[in-house]
Amino acid sequence: MDIAIETSRLTKTFGQVRALNGLDLRVRTGEVHGFLGPNGAGKSTTLRILLGLIRATSGQARVLGADPWSQSGAVHARLAYVPGDVVLWPNLTGGEIIDLLTSLRGTPPSADARAHRERLVRDFDLDLTKKGRAYSKGNRQKVALIAALASDAELFLLDEPTAGLDPLMEQVFQAELVRLRAEGRTVLLSSHILSEVERACESVSIVRAGAIVETGTLADLRALTGTHVRATLSDGQVREATMPAAEVAAWVAGLGASVAALTAAPPTLEELFLARYADELPADLTRERS
Amino acid sequence: MSPYAGLGRLLRLAWRRDRLLIVLSGLGLIVLAAGSAQATFALYPDPAQAQGELAGVFDNPATVALYGPLASHSLDALANFKTLFMGAILLALLAHAIVRRHTRAEEEDGRAELLGAGAVGRRAPLTAAMALSAAAVLVISSLAAISLIAVGCQATGSWALAVGWVGLGLTFTALTGVAAQLASTSRGVAGLTLGTLAVTFLVRMVADTAPAPWLHWLSPFGWITEIAPFGANRFWVLAVALAVCAALAAAAYRLQSERDLGAGILPVRRGPATGSLHSVADLVARTARPSVLGWLITMVVLGAVVGSLVGAVGQMVSDPKVAEMLEALAGGAGSIEDIFLRTELLFASAAVTAAALAVLGRLSAEERSGRSELLLSRPVPRLRWFLAHVALAVGLAIGLLLILGMVIGASSARSLGVSIADQVPRLAGAALAMSPAVLTVIGAGALLHGLSARWGTAAWAVLAVGFLLGEIGPTMNLPQWLVNLSPFAHLSQLPGGALAGTSAVVLLALGAAGVIAGGAAYVRRDLA
Repeated sequence: MDIAIETSRLTKTFGQVRALNGLDLRVRTGEVHGFLGPNGAGKSTTLRILLGLIRATSGQARVLGADPWSQSGAVHARLAYVPGDVVLWPNLTGGEIIDLLTSLRGTPPSADARAHRERLVRDFDLDLTKKGRAYSKGNRQKVALIAALASDAELFLLDEPTAGLDPLMEQVFQAELVRLRAEGRTVLLSSHILSEVERACESVSIVRAGAIVETGTLADLRALTGTHVRATLSDGQVREATMPAAEVAAWVAGLGASVAALTAAPPTLEELFLARYADELPADLTRERS
Repeated sequence: MSPYAGLGRLLRLAWRRDRLLIVLSGLGLIVLAAGSAQATFALYPDPAQAQGELAGVFDNPATVALYGPLASHSLDALANFKTLFMGAILLALLAHAIVRRHTRAEEEDGRAELLGAGAVGRRAPLTAAMALSAAAVLVISSLAAISLIAVGCQATGSWALAVGWVGLGLTFTALTGVAAQLASTSRGVAGLTLGTLAVTFLVRMVADTAPAPWLHWLSPFGWITEIAPFGANRFWVLAVALAVCAALAAAAYRLQSERDLGAGILPVRRGPATGSLHSVADLVARTARPSVLGWLITMVVLGAVVGSLVGAVGQMVSDPKVAEMLEALAGGAGSIEDIFLRTELLFASAAVTAAALAVLGRLSAEERSGRSELLLSRPVPRLRWFLAHVALAVGLAIGLLLILGMVIGASSARSLGVSIADQVPRLAGAALAMSPAVLTVIGAGALLHGLSARWGTAAWAVLAVGFLLGEIGPTMNLPQWLVNLSPFAHLSQLPGGALAGTSAVVLLALGAAGVIAGGAAYVRRDLA
């Protein structure tokens, strides 16, 4: 099984609103996959269908080889989820909530798992004795993150897990992503923090208005979108162009031997992303960028 | 900047947010007071008759504990006897809610920070909250006095009652202001204030039943007894209330200046770092624990009061009108004491149903808050989560009825002078005989919650309509087919009457059908 998540022509309507409009998402086993899109593009709806919390209006979804709606129990036993907006029980402590969520997975935690939980609590610097109502947004997110990361799941569905974390905790989270990747686990990371996705993910899907508008490895997307090259010639002239990476060598060769300085920058994820949304930006912003 | 800068705007904002709460609860309180006074006047056209018959009932220690001593033997005092403290408690709760909502709740949710960053003085939010509450207390109490006078109560006594309410309302306004500085959560404020309310009410109970009148001065409720509306009418007692109120308000400002925004004076309570909850059933039981405990205590107190009152029922219903009403409520079979107990059990069964619906309502509350998403993304079958709530609701309903029946049995055995070994199982059985109707409404609730988190609230309407048709309907001469729509109309007439076996089976089957259909719908629908 090398496909962890696959959806085809997934649609979901809520009354008059069409939240998903033929979404085709494909996540390979063992990859950290970035799921990008602005608020309201359909990221959370997709995740909730993948969890079997809501049913797709039409289309197919397979998660770890099973139908997430009819076989949700079997699927849930193998995945861990962090919701975008974590709400906790006001009168339970963080420690109680983490242990509850862990024991709901069925198997009693091993000594290793206990140690792993302790380490996560230390790294994320979470006070476990506070009641749910006393936590800040970031700390609520830590509770859900620790409960998910402490589990032995094969697949991690993370819905904007770092929106409330400070930069230090963001580092801890990145380190955890590296660990998950090294252990061969699959992660679907929904986010709009592009730098986070760029650092952690090998492939991304960009969703817009309920459909995937771009998907692939970051390397492929960069190659497609083009590399920005800027050459300063020995006479002081500056030449600039954007082209597929493969053509850069030929372009430089065409300049002759008089190149004094040369920079070639692959497009950033931000540029890739904004290119798919250029028409939605205010006109004066687009002009400024070009 | 003045410490009160922005007070006017904050006051308008607070009024805008609370006007419905204030107007509706104020109206309710006024209707309750004037309506029950008028009902008493209508029941006893001849005052002398009332005084002769009812003296025994009002000397009963349970009655004195609940409602206080009768201020005088006038019909006016009698007419306001039940509403005097009930209204005062409602007013205190309203004052508490208003002040808490605009102080600690605002800080807890971060809205106070948003407002505080503007041109708002340090003392303005607390002042606005207390001022709105004080105004509500004054206006509602005055209107209540005017309405009482309008239905024929003596004017001085009516104003004395209003003064009693004002004293208590203002005291709880300032007290909540202090609690909002001490506790760092809105719930903590409620705990402190409502705890004080319960303790001071108990002090008043002890003062009146011991009797130890000096204890009155330690309790804001005792001040009302000292004012004695429709009796001595001692208006000057209000000065005590105002002095305490001023001291509390000063303390609130003082404490506020000692603390940071968002922090409380009392330390935040902590809990265990590791959990002992291992299943959704554990979780459901744990989150319901405080309210379950509250209901248990309520049932024990209610059972003790009802049981001790039953001894005086013979005297009370020598009036044929009261006997007629009780018979209409409970059906005619058995002795007058049995009819009285049956009426009380019927009313209590509505309260028990409410307790069970509140537990059931958590299913939808968890869904709306997003917490069930956290659970149901784990390998937890939806049906198990659904049934955990239904099971707790059913268990709670049956447990509460059983305890209520046993306590009524024990305390009524004492006041009637019959064998406790006979009376306890007799009343426990009678209380359990109420369960089919309770379980039918739970079934309807399970169906509604199963269908949609939004429709779950309609379960309360099912209870309200069922209760009105089935329990109040017969006294209003509603057509029988309408009354028969209510599950409460088909209960056994126990104690004293016949067991309605077939109806019980039908009601239980309806309840079970509701649960099954609700569960089937819940596992098939989208979660909010």
